[in-house]
Amino acid sequence: MSERTERSEGRERRPGQHGPGGKTVVRPYGDTTGDGMVQVSFTLPVSHDKRAEGAAVQLANKMGIDPAMLVHAKPMSDGFTFFVVYGRVNHLVDLAAVQVVERDYPLLSAKEVNAVVKRRLRRKLSVVGACIGTDAHTVGIDAILNVKGIAGEKGLEYYRELKVSNLGAQVSVPELVEAARRERADAVLVSQVVTQRDAHLHNTREMSAAFREAMPAGRRPLLIVGGPRFDETMTAELGVDRIFGRGTTPGEVASYLVHALVTSREARG
Amino acid sequence: MVSGKLDLDPALVARARELARRAGQPVVELARTHTTVSVERAVLRLAGVAGADPDGIPWVNRLVDAVVADVGLGHGVAVPVFDALVREQLDDVTLLAQKAAAGSVRFAQPGGRAATVARRASRRAVGAGIRQVDRRRAERDRLVKRYGDPKQRPWIYLIVATGDIYEDIPQAQAAARAGADVIAVIRSTGQSLLDYVPEGATREGFAGTYATQENFRLMRAALDETSKELGRYVRLTNYASGLCMPEMATLAGLERLDMMLNDSMYGILFRDINPIRTFVDQRFSRQVHARAGIIINTGEDNYLTTADAVDEAHTVTVSQLLNEFFAHEAGLADGQLGLGHAFEINPEVPESFRLELAHALLARELFPDAPLKWMPPTKHMTGDVFRGNLLDGFFNLVGTMTGQGILLVGMMTEAVVTPWLSDRDIALQNVRYVLGAAGGLHEDFVPAPGGFIQQRARRVLGEAVDLLERIGDQSLLTAIAEGTFGIMKRPADRGKGLSGVARHEADYYNPATEILEQSA
Repeated sequence: MSERTERSEGRERRPGQHGPGGKTVVRPYGDTTGDGMVQVSFTLPVSHDKRAEGAAVQLANKMGIDPAMLVHAKPMSDGFTFFVVYGRVNHLVDLAAVQVVERDYPLLSAKEVNAVVKRRLRRKLSVVGACIGTDAHTVGIDAILNVKGIAGEKGLEYYRELKVSNLGAQVSVPELVEAARRERADAVLVSQVVTQRDAHLHNTREMSAAFREAMPAGRRPLLIVGGPRFDETMTAELGVDRIFGRGTTPGEVASYLVHALVTSREARG
Repeated sequence: MVSGKLDLDPALVARARELARRAGQPVVELARTHTTVSVERAVLRLAGVAGADPDGIPWVNRLVDAVVADVGLGHGVAVPVFDALVREQLDDVTLLAQKAAAGSVRFAQPGGRAATVARRASRRAVGAGIRQVDRRRAERDRLVKRYGDPKQRPWIYLIVATGDIYEDIPQAQAAARAGADVIAVIRSTGQSLLDYVPEGATREGFAGTYATQENFRLMRAALDETSKELGRYVRLTNYASGLCMPEMATLAGLERLDMMLNDSMYGILFRDINPIRTFVDQRFSRQVHARAGIIINTGEDNYLTTADAVDEAHTVTVSQLLNEFFAHEAGLADGQLGLGHAFEINPEVPESFRLELAHALLARELFPDAPLKWMPPTKHMTGDVFRGNLLDGFFNLVGTMTGQGILLVGMMTEAVVTPWLSDRDIALQNVRYVLGAAGGLHEDFVPAPGGFIQQRARRVLGEAVDLLERIGDQSLLTAIAEGTFGIMKRPADRGKGLSGVARHEADYYNPATEILEQSA
């Protein structure tokens, strides 16, 4: 929950942006500045009665909601009650202390991406994508790679100067490494949706370790993972070059590829 | 039930069916002339082979592997296995599997009298398995009579998926008490690509619970208790898909599951399973489903999660027509065809609700006697649970306005978490409200003649016919190879499970197919 909130906050507020009146400390907003109003819903494993409602208010208080208004309580199956609580939180949010991964590369259009690759790389940029491990949810990788794309934005297959190979679901790590070698991949994109028992983290570590083992540092493709439950700050820990979270668009990925593989390399070398 | 609301051209509908038959027939021929390791394992399961070795590899796998090593797959395993049984003077096939796994049995493809004896013996053993399937079907008929069907249509279909069968059971029972008519136990992700069926009760899974015979049995027994308590027969669903499709169908028949997800092309497109493997496995599994009285659920909803739900609406219709053809060919009755479709149009598209109504009504009118399975929005569920709940309400409304047979309950937390207890409760409340407030609306809902909905439905049907014409010119396998469905390209000589496919030898024998086709 907190992870989601933080991330979406980072998206809405770019550096230099502040709350109303240039303040860096803000409170939640109900209908009046500074009222601190929030709503939460949760279930307690107790049958519905007066005591259960009291328990819900107690929980809300401990969450920093005070006063807490219990607006809805509904018994569900045996021994469970669902609650909706509105109330004022006393916590403050310090915008200056928010830490997120900001986009550190320019956002390019498909046309611009093609132009940069064509002019400066002078060959097609090769991208290999897959869902690895037992994860069968190709919706993420397909949204980024399929021509169809997402939210009106075309996927990487649509980019003339990108050569995309989408291996689909449940690809083993050795298969992925082999495909990356065969396709002379400049970048490998891995999507992970299933997070039970931290499968997304284990799979990503296994993948990055396999690439480290199979290829020397200079010839390793750029390793990118994406999925709704990744923490974008964990790149070093997972051994990848970039992590993309919820709501990433193909254009962001393409722009990053050009930045990491073409423009910043030229700048360095 | 409803008919004639769209004023469809009967000649065009007939043409669509004829084209589907033409596209599907070569695939049926392919299925009739090939077998797979999973079909043969299903035969052995019907013949009574059960259990697994200490590593958890089922004896049916060990036995089929041993036969294949000695004589190949193309004769079928029934004759070599029952021939060996006679030679080894055993009467328990599982025992033979154990000896074969230890390497102490050699298999041969006998001729002459030995072959006749082996055929007869295998037919007797498999016949006993099929009689068990028959008994389970009769038992379902009896229980439905005793406890009754749900009072309303659509039937309310709800998913549980904890990974632990012993957690699933109380959740499923609670869901049934809260109004669910059909419980689906989602499989552990990745099971579709296992080339064996795990054994025993399982307590660990990834985003789902392993489908095993014991898990089937435990859940069916629990829902029988709940059916009795509620005075309403609660149905159970699982998956006959992936590399073990024929075995899953067989286990479902043996354990009285009531519905099985069983699409003709899903494994090919979404799991990259070899197309020939899939079509061969599918035909056998559907023959078993037909015999077991199981309602199949097809997977057209999946196309719309990868392709655009407006532009590609006709691919759903085409797939439904193909699924219908393959199902009829395998002996399934219209009442067993839970043809799928889904509410997946981007809500930002103008008139998206009318488009959904048109598509849903088209499916209803094309397949008037099929219990269509109506699937909720997933692609445009964004994590905004409030809007998600509203979308689900509109989805439920289309379901009741167009007389859908099975309604999979949408969760507003789709794409956020696996459903919480409260998510399920809110979702069921949504369904109950819509069915309660507008349950009879399909009687009044008649689209304006020549209006938006009629025009849209006719256009989709027209595009479906066009696509079927194109497929007819080049064959279904080519169409799949070229990415006609769901954008994915799947050539017939690639994909998982291809090594487990063999063309029939002249003396191929499969007692299960023989019995199932006689009854059809």
